[in-house]
Amino acid sequence: MASTTAPLRTVPAPAAPAVRRRPRSRQQTLQWVALHSLAVGLALLFVLPFVFLLLTSLMTDRQALTTDLWPRHWRFANYVDVFHASGFLTWWKNSLEYAVLGTLLTLLSSIPVAYALARFRFRMRRLALMVVVATMMLPPQVVIIPMYLVWAKQFHLNGTLWPLIIPMAFGDAYSIFLLRQFLLTIPQEYLDAARVDGCGELRTLLRVVLPMAKPAIVAVGLFQFFYCWNDYFGPQVYASENPGAWTLSYGLESFKGAHHANWNLTMAATLLVMAPVVVLFFFAQKAFVEGVTLTGVKG
Amino acid sequence: MATLDLSAAVSPGLRRRRRKQRLTILAFLSPWLLGTGLLFLYPLASTVYFSFEHYDQINPPTWVGLRNWSYVFTEYAGFWPAMRNTLWLVVVMVSLRVVFGLGIGLLVTNLKTGSKLFRTVFYLPFLAPPVAATIAFAFLLNPGNGAVNTLLGHLHLGQPGWFTDEHWAKPGLTALALWGIGDLMVIFMAALLDVSREQYEAASLDGAHALQRFRYVTLPTIRPIILFAVVTGIVQTMQYYTQAIIAGKVASGVVDSPGTSFEPGYPHGSTLTLPQLVYSLGFQHFDTGSACVVALVLFALAMAFTALLMRRGSGLLGEED
Repeated sequence: MASTTAPLRTVPAPAAPAVRRRPRSRQQTLQWVALHSLAVGLALLFVLPFVFLLLTSLMTDRQALTTDLWPRHWRFANYVDVFHASGFLTWWKNSLEYAVLGTLLTLLSSIPVAYALARFRFRMRRLALMVVVATMMLPPQVVIIPMYLVWAKQFHLNGTLWPLIIPMAFGDAYSIFLLRQFLLTIPQEYLDAARVDGCGELRTLLRVVLPMAKPAIVAVGLFQFFYCWNDYFGPQVYASENPGAWTLSYGLESFKGAHHANWNLTMAATLLVMAPVVVLFFFAQKAFVEGVTLTGVKG
Repeated sequence: MATLDLSAAVSPGLRRRRRKQRLTILAFLSPWLLGTGLLFLYPLASTVYFSFEHYDQINPPTWVGLRNWSYVFTEYAGFWPAMRNTLWLVVVMVSLRVVFGLGIGLLVTNLKTGSKLFRTVFYLPFLAPPVAATIAFAFLLNPGNGAVNTLLGHLHLGQPGWFTDEHWAKPGLTALALWGIGDLMVIFMAALLDVSREQYEAASLDGAHALQRFRYVTLPTIRPIILFAVVTGIVQTMQYYTQAIIAGKVASGVVDSPGTSFEPGYPHGSTLTLPQLVYSLGFQHFDTGSACVVALVLFALAMAFTALLMRRGSGLLGEED
């Protein structure tokens, strides 16, 4: 590690570590062992819930009620039973509809707003940003009652997922905020160059900014997708009266209720709800991590 | 960026350009401006209005002044327990999550071997859908045949009643929240990688040991991120809903279809939180006015902490804004 900023050091740089090399390397080995055993121990704790879920999901329903941890008969048919015993496919379809439409509408409406907040200077910009952060931090329960009354009494859309999907066409504060954080990092020169070439703002956004912002857009899209996929409160408020509109997250709860003695089926269903999330994660690991990083402010 | 210079007398051409620029800005912002009005300001104002009305969602509303407010604060049995639970969760869950998240972040950034694998392992539970994760935890932690208590039994340790004992319900939820630490780990990792190596080396040369290096080099650098994690954690915890209601439902063994007769808070109100109170008052008891009072208390609390995040210099909005 060549230090470039050591004007005060009279000893040549490599000499300093040489003095400490021997004691340090033993200490480093010890440290390596300590850190890695700690990591392995913690990792086990993080993985074990998944393992127990999987094992239980393969037991017979009788055995799932015992304290046994290991299946005596591996019953893979549980996973088939889940689909037979419930509206699983309907819930799956509804979740997908909510998540896909919600994500597309969110991106479509949030990208121009984020661009304007990151790139235009105007009076009230700080106020606008503050409102974005305030709505981002707003518990959804604060405004749910008037919202429900409007959707149910004026538009008669209760029993559907539309009251959850339509609002996403009006920008989502969290997505706007994340996209803005990313767009701030694009060097101004690119935008100036586009302008010199005679691009209007819309063309600049579409041709210059969007291609550069692809990783952030993917990250925000994934987050919105999982927000919808995982949402329980929204479907509970709007869709609970109509089983045909239940989502996976909501249906899973009723599945548990209906099969309260069948922990094996419940655990199989639970894993089936988790599976798409985990699969998508392995395809888009980088985007996820970048997305979360964008949330944190730069230190 | 075309900055607007308002001081000089302007030519008509420039003025036209400026008007065009202003229209462009408005066009770009329009979806969000509409959304803020329709989905934020309007329902917020309605919530305030409804908090002064008696409304059962069938008969026309009647004005009752401050009656809902005094009912919620002095008579309604659920309010103060929900406040106390929320406070408990904010203090214990948020502080443990920040400390644990920072600890895991430190651990993973210092691993020489397999750090990618460990990162994935620590991150994955964060992605588990809350309903699925909570049902899983309620099963694994259930006192009768759950894997956790079975293992504790083999080790001759105590076997708490987790989600069935009012003293263990919130610790059970906290364990679930710590399992889903992945988001904080990633945020802290990014911050820790930003700490300059030169400062560490300089501190080492001055003879600082690991703890001192953490105290005097790492901590000051990542302080904004810690503030961010604490404040967002507090606001998230105030919204705490899904896990608490599902844990209560699963542990109490309600078998009816969801959303109907389950009174949140099982056992003994120990998992009742403010958002569940809004749901229960508004959609189970059709007491719109009282539900709106609770919603506004929630709003005031969340915004008080959000204001902390928005202060100039907290780094969230950037210094020049």
